[in-house]
Amino acid sequence: MNQTRREWLLSDAPQTRRQARMGALYQGWLTFRGNKLAMLGLVVLVLLIAMAILAPWIAPQSPFAQDLANRLQPPSAAHWLGTDHLGRDILSRLIHGSRITLFIVGTVALIAPVIGLFIGTVAGFAGGWVDQVLMRITDIFLAFPKLILALAFVAALGASITNAVLALALTAWPPYARLARAETLTIRNADFIAAARLQGAGPLRLLVKHIWPLCISSLIVRVALDMAGIILSAAGLGFLGLGAQPPMPEWGAMISDGRTYILDFWWVAAMPGIAIFIVSMAFNLLGDGLRDVLDPKGAKE
Amino acid sequence: MTLLSVQNLRVSFPTRHGTFEAVRGISFDLGRERLGVVGESGSGKSMTGRAILGLVRPPGRVTADRLDLEGQSILNLPERRMRKIRGRRISMVMQDPKFSLNPVMTIGDQIVEAYRLHAGGNRAAARQKALDMLAAVQIRDPERVMGAYPHEVSGGMGQRIMIAMMLAPDPEILIADEPTSALDVSVRTEVLNIMDRLVRDRGMGVIFISHDLNLVAQFCDRVLIMYAGRIVETLPAKDLHQARHPYTQGLLNSLPRLDAPVDRLPVLQRQDSWRNGATITESLETEFPGGL
Amino acid sequence: MLTVDHLNVWFGHPPDRVDAVKDASFTVAQGESFGLVGESGSGKSTILRAIAGLIDTWSGTIDVAGKFLTARRRDRAFYKTVQMVFQDPYASLHPRHSVDAVLSETLRLQGMDDIDRRIARLLDDVGLGRGFRFRYPHQLSGGQRQRVAIARALAAEPRLLLLDEPTSALDVSVQAEILNLLSDLRAEHGLTYVMVSHDLAVVGHMCDRLAVMQGGRIVEVMAVDVLRQGTPQQDYTRQLIAASEGYARA
Repeated sequence: MNQTRREWLLSDAPQTRRQARMGALYQGWLTFRGNKLAMLGLVVLVLLIAMAILAPWIAPQSPFAQDLANRLQPPSAAHWLGTDHLGRDILSRLIHGSRITLFIVGTVALIAPVIGLFIGTVAGFAGGWVDQVLMRITDIFLAFPKLILALAFVAALGASITNAVLALALTAWPPYARLARAETLTIRNADFIAAARLQGAGPLRLLVKHIWPLCISSLIVRVALDMAGIILSAAGLGFLGLGAQPPMPEWGAMISDGRTYILDFWWVAAMPGIAIFIVSMAFNLLGDGLRDVLDPKGAKE
Repeated sequence: MTLLSVQNLRVSFPTRHGTFEAVRGISFDLGRERLGVVGESGSGKSMTGRAILGLVRPPGRVTADRLDLEGQSILNLPERRMRKIRGRRISMVMQDPKFSLNPVMTIGDQIVEAYRLHAGGNRAAARQKALDMLAAVQIRDPERVMGAYPHEVSGGMGQRIMIAMMLAPDPEILIADEPTSALDVSVRTEVLNIMDRLVRDRGMGVIFISHDLNLVAQFCDRVLIMYAGRIVETLPAKDLHQARHPYTQGLLNSLPRLDAPVDRLPVLQRQDSWRNGATITESLETEFPGGL
Repeated sequence: MLTVDHLNVWFGHPPDRVDAVKDASFTVAQGESFGLVGESGSGKSTILRAIAGLIDTWSGTIDVAGKFLTARRRDRAFYKTVQMVFQDPYASLHPRHSVDAVLSETLRLQGMDDIDRRIARLLDDVGLGRGFRFRYPHQLSGGQRQRVAIARALAAEPRLLLLDEPTSALDVSVQAEILNLLSDLRAEHGLTYVMVSHDLAVVGHMCDRLAVMQGGRIVEVMAVDVLRQGTPQQDYTRQLIAASEGYARA
């Protein structure tokens, strides 16, 4: 029998565990691919990652090389995006800055949802006083404006990019905890949980194997949609001088540097601003596409 | 006289595996009668009701050679004009009143609003009409129910309220999609009696969509049996137990019966030929006396 | 096999306490099939859930295979004796777990070995065949899902199967298949059934004896022949039978 790979993947009757998994992934990919804007977002992000990896090779100049004779030059053939107040090539700084952006985004995306998932599902699943205590802690965190809280953390820990990321992660988890708890509450009384209980599954197994897989998908969507906000918060901290320290080419800090010259030399602040805008937008589009694929509620029944 | 005439109605949805046809060319005429549409899940019976009301959402596509309400085409009308027909001339009662009533509005406000949307008139008149309708569906204390919220009433009462709401603007056609499936048997009889009386008094046409063959046979005048998006058999309700299509027979046989206990229930063996075979209609009866 | 004595089940705390089951008593013999019928809210499913240990606010005694149950968590041996099949096959399977994952997890939890062979046998037993092993719930029809749920319940090789309206979400032709399957499995494995249903005809077909419930109380316990002949003791039962015979046009 001659089967194409596509038929093998889309088969309704997979023969092996591997085929079933690959099939499920392929179905998801097809749904995702159907969303043109999400694909655009994905392409932008792939380019961003490539740019970060290849930064030393593709950047035309060193991001730190000062050339005071050529300061505040407008975009030209020599400096595609112009130069800043110390004569550094803005394009090179943006390319190297993508590493910092990815570091921020990646770290926050790893820490915040994990804390949120853990606290939210435990609270929702255990109920009772555990729920009360965990949710009140969450409320306390939510009561502060995120940036102010992050500022307080950074002030206490000392200004550095690592501390800024840590502060952002520690302030970003409460919404995820809320979301995970709400999901858990709807799943907790489902028949399939009751059925698993009847097999003798303990609470830990129910939480990890049955509840987490259903919460994670909506969390991933939420994280992707929140990434833009996190980049902006990181840029905000950078702008206030509490994140990346000079001469690091962090995009927020670059905007901050350009602020003084914004009227006469607009490109110094505008170029990193556009970069932040594009990446934030890409994450939002990606999040939308992921929602089509992952959100069980949106799936057709 | 024909209220609704449907000719070669098709509803299709694009999917990854090509186009899926939920309804594949069905035709029927509805007069001032109770027409039952029976079929299993996926037979396209609900989709037929939705297509008539213009409730099939894109990317779903509805086509037909004819879809006429009293001689006037209502196929793929713009939403604005369809809204005027929906409710005023064709009403629909859904399966579960919990999802069809607005949970944050009192029942009275909902009926009054639904009525005024279609019939206009002032609030006081509409309110009186609402009270009359609630009384007509045998709600004992209409004043109290008017002020209640949907979660404060039982399922059976909710469904009676839905019927009151849907019949208030005096529509010509009522489409009832599994109106009693969510109800207990004792309440079911009551709801059906009320619906029966109102429909008969007003001379309305009813399309009664259900999976329950026996219920349809008892409530309706004529029955269409749907299978895989097509009508496989149409027959007078009283003759349901003399159905000739093997699918209809199979459905009837697969029901357990208190009066005829068996060790094993006969299982329906689906035939591919049912998908595209001809419709068996009453008229064939004269040509083949005694059945095929 | 199962004795329920003076069972009360309630939800919530006073003053909002709702008594879902009041003073229910019945016994089910080994190998018997026992039905619980009643309208929605009569407490029939609640009794099953209390027996299964899914509700812990109850009083009275429940004795399964000679062992008295306590309100707290059941031990592993209990789940090897008692299993349950739920009403809605769309809600009782984890949407992200394949048939293989569901069954192998169950078998592992029950401490079984030789999992590959057992999964194949379970799938054969419920009439699905091995081709279904790696499918996800969304690739299955309602009847197929219910078969998977039955396979999951059988995996523990229980002696008592609690059936909570196992066919009410299914089409009648599929209902016939599932009811036949349940009959076959009972004969084959010597199972005892407690079946909850609102459909008297289904209970009449499946059960040897049945209890009629109303408002949390057991109104009447009778043999199925009494139901078939329509000669119950209580008015309520008669009404229920009359109503289930269908709608008679007034």
